[in-house]
Amino acid sequence: MNKAVNPSELKPEADVGPLYAPHKKVYPQSVSGKFRRVKWGLMAFCLGIYYLLPFVRWNRGLGAPSQAVLIDLPNSRFYFFFIELWPQEVYYFTGLLIVAAVALFLMNSIGGRIWCGYLCPQTVWTDLFYAVERLVEGDRRERMRKDASTGSMKLGRISEIVLKHSIWLMIAWWTGGAWVLYFSDAPTLVKQLATFQAPMVAYVWIGILTATTYLLAGYMREQVCTYMCPWPRIQAALTDEWALNVTYRYDRGEKRMSVKKAAELRALGETVGDCVDCYQCVAVCPTGIDIRNGPQLECIQCGLCIDACDAVMRKISRPTGLIGYDNDINIHRREQGKAPIYRIVRGRTIAYSAIIALVGGIMIHTLATRKTLEMNVLHDRNPVAVALSDGSIRNAYTVRLLNKSGFDRVIAIDMNGPVNSTLHVVGVDSVTPDRPMIVIGRDQTSEFRLLVTAPAENNTEKSIPVRFHVTDIGLGVAASATDNFVLP
Amino acid sequence: MTDHSEIDSVSGKSTTGHEWDGIKELNTPLPRWWVMTFYLTIIWAIGYWVVYPAWPLISSNTTGVFGYSSRADVAVELANLEKVRGDKMVALGKASLADIEKDPALLALARAKGKTVFGDNCAPCHGSGAAGAKGYPNLNDDDWLWGGTLDQIMATIQYGARSGHAKGHEGQMLAFGKDGVLKADEIVTVANYVRALSGLSTRQGYDAAKGTKLFADNCASCHGDAGKGNQDMGAPNLTDKIWLYGSDESTLIETISNGRAGVMPAWEGRLDPATIKAMAVYVHSLGGGK
Repeated sequence: MNKAVNPSELKPEADVGPLYAPHKKVYPQSVSGKFRRVKWGLMAFCLGIYYLLPFVRWNRGLGAPSQAVLIDLPNSRFYFFFIELWPQEVYYFTGLLIVAAVALFLMNSIGGRIWCGYLCPQTVWTDLFYAVERLVEGDRRERMRKDASTGSMKLGRISEIVLKHSIWLMIAWWTGGAWVLYFSDAPTLVKQLATFQAPMVAYVWIGILTATTYLLAGYMREQVCTYMCPWPRIQAALTDEWALNVTYRYDRGEKRMSVKKAAELRALGETVGDCVDCYQCVAVCPTGIDIRNGPQLECIQCGLCIDACDAVMRKISRPTGLIGYDNDINIHRREQGKAPIYRIVRGRTIAYSAIIALVGGIMIHTLATRKTLEMNVLHDRNPVAVALSDGSIRNAYTVRLLNKSGFDRVIAIDMNGPVNSTLHVVGVDSVTPDRPMIVIGRDQTSEFRLLVTAPAENNTEKSIPVRFHVTDIGLGVAASATDNFVLP
Repeated sequence: MTDHSEIDSVSGKSTTGHEWDGIKELNTPLPRWWVMTFYLTIIWAIGYWVVYPAWPLISSNTTGVFGYSSRADVAVELANLEKVRGDKMVALGKASLADIEKDPALLALARAKGKTVFGDNCAPCHGSGAAGAKGYPNLNDDDWLWGGTLDQIMATIQYGARSGHAKGHEGQMLAFGKDGVLKADEIVTVANYVRALSGLSTRQGYDAAKGTKLFADNCASCHGDAGKGNQDMGAPNLTDKIWLYGSDESTLIETISNGRAGVMPAWEGRLDPATIKAMAVYVHSLGGGK
């Protein structure tokens, strides 16, 4: 039996803190180096694509949109250079999503969260917003000092703040502005936007994306990655011991001490760590962590601490690479005096590459062999069959033809069905018996009512399979569909 | 009432002064912004009452300062819809029936319009698929009482049959039995003669010669010497495989004894001319059109 417990005698557990951690503002310091240059390059590349792609033209012939990448919602078409997709082909996006997901897995198994650090829109725009902040308000120390000052604000400081937010809002506005250009003819829409004659929906979406960009890149920043985004959490399940994460090589760095003291001890022939505790790696970190504490969930693998540390190492004439893309296996190997090993090619990277190649291959194949003429047939349900005055039976079908090509087609219809049956398309006079011809406009669907009449003699089965064929009489492209001929 | 509120020793907050079996309630007021929002919604609601229709009165309701009405909105939208449709329906009204069937766009419009209007107006008798029922012709087949060309179908829809319309089709199947024109045994003979016309079996002892004479004397004036019918009078073809009321002997005896006079209403005046045109094209396109 349990003894009665006086709640006041229970001691709270010592390590239970509050569940809510207040936000600590991060003031990343500017840094230059190899990875910073890569980040600038990728930022220019990604933003360049995003902002300029809608203006790229692609000639699809008269009457078709001339925009290379266009999501034409009113007409239910998606254009991507030479590809044009109809709504029923949305499964291509499934393939695209599979490739994208597995590409993320592959990146993760090679370099950890490098997607987060270099390519994620959240990182790219936050990086850009930080650059603006730095340009207007100064570097880390200045920004910290300005934010900490409590006195009344001077005009200069106010104008700085106004300028920063104005530039941020401009960038955010262009982000939303570029977004809507993917849904309409870009040059036309730009003209409409400039003269305030664009459709309301354009302004609404620009407003929404302006708000999200401004808030996510200006205010929430690393909190998006730490608290909101699921991908960093998923990556914990995808990483393995060989993945190269940004790592503080503590085998080389410890024990930390000042440059002077380290030099003295080295002169005495002792082994000392290379880390001089300068905190440059912490100062430049956009998520405000200390990489020397080991792998952390906040780390986005951007490598800026590597650049910062390398600069310091060069200054104090020690070898660079105290922080680098590495893993624990190599740290232990070096501690044991063995050479590090890097395994980019291993089971999982091969598997991921194979999946990407396979899915990509299937997509390319299906795109290359995509049918531009399709036929759907729907049997009349009410009535399913009609008895005619001479005793013969007629069934009616609704035929829908899809012409996905960029030109008009002349189509001939024929069929294999009941014995001695005849074919008639309502509204079409057959030129040749039983082979009615139909014209379908480019990039269109056409619906026809098709009548099949069969004499009662020789057709006694309750349901007779019937196969319809359509052939482009100019190009020979064909499609077919099956249904049944039903007796009353 | 005395104020029992005190400062709670654990949390440092004041209590409300309420106590239940030694349990005291902390005074945790709603946040200021929440309360302000709440008051704002009340003010907003008052504004809403003023601007929009809100309070029911005895025979009407308050209309609001702008005179907004959702019913008026619907009326405007319906008018817009009619306008959009109108332009297309004008094209339909201008084109000849034959041209409508030749033009894929007009045909699609006529069929869509026809199907809707058919469902609203014709389906109660002819069925939603126009398959008909006993006494109500199947419009999918190729047998027509009053003719199956586009113009004939349109005339039937427009003016009806035995509808009372001046231009409506007229034609009566007499009640040969009820009116005493034929005797009971003669009616049986005629019924068997009619069955024989379309190759159906006849009862034992049926006198074909008598049947032929009776038919020639009484029926041929409308149904024709060969029983092929006459579309001017709505007299059906008795030699084909389609029977409006039924081909069994008892049904035929009933038909001959009591006559038949199915009514098709005239739709002129009830449906506008373009709609009637669409209907004619729709019915013609069902498959049986001549």
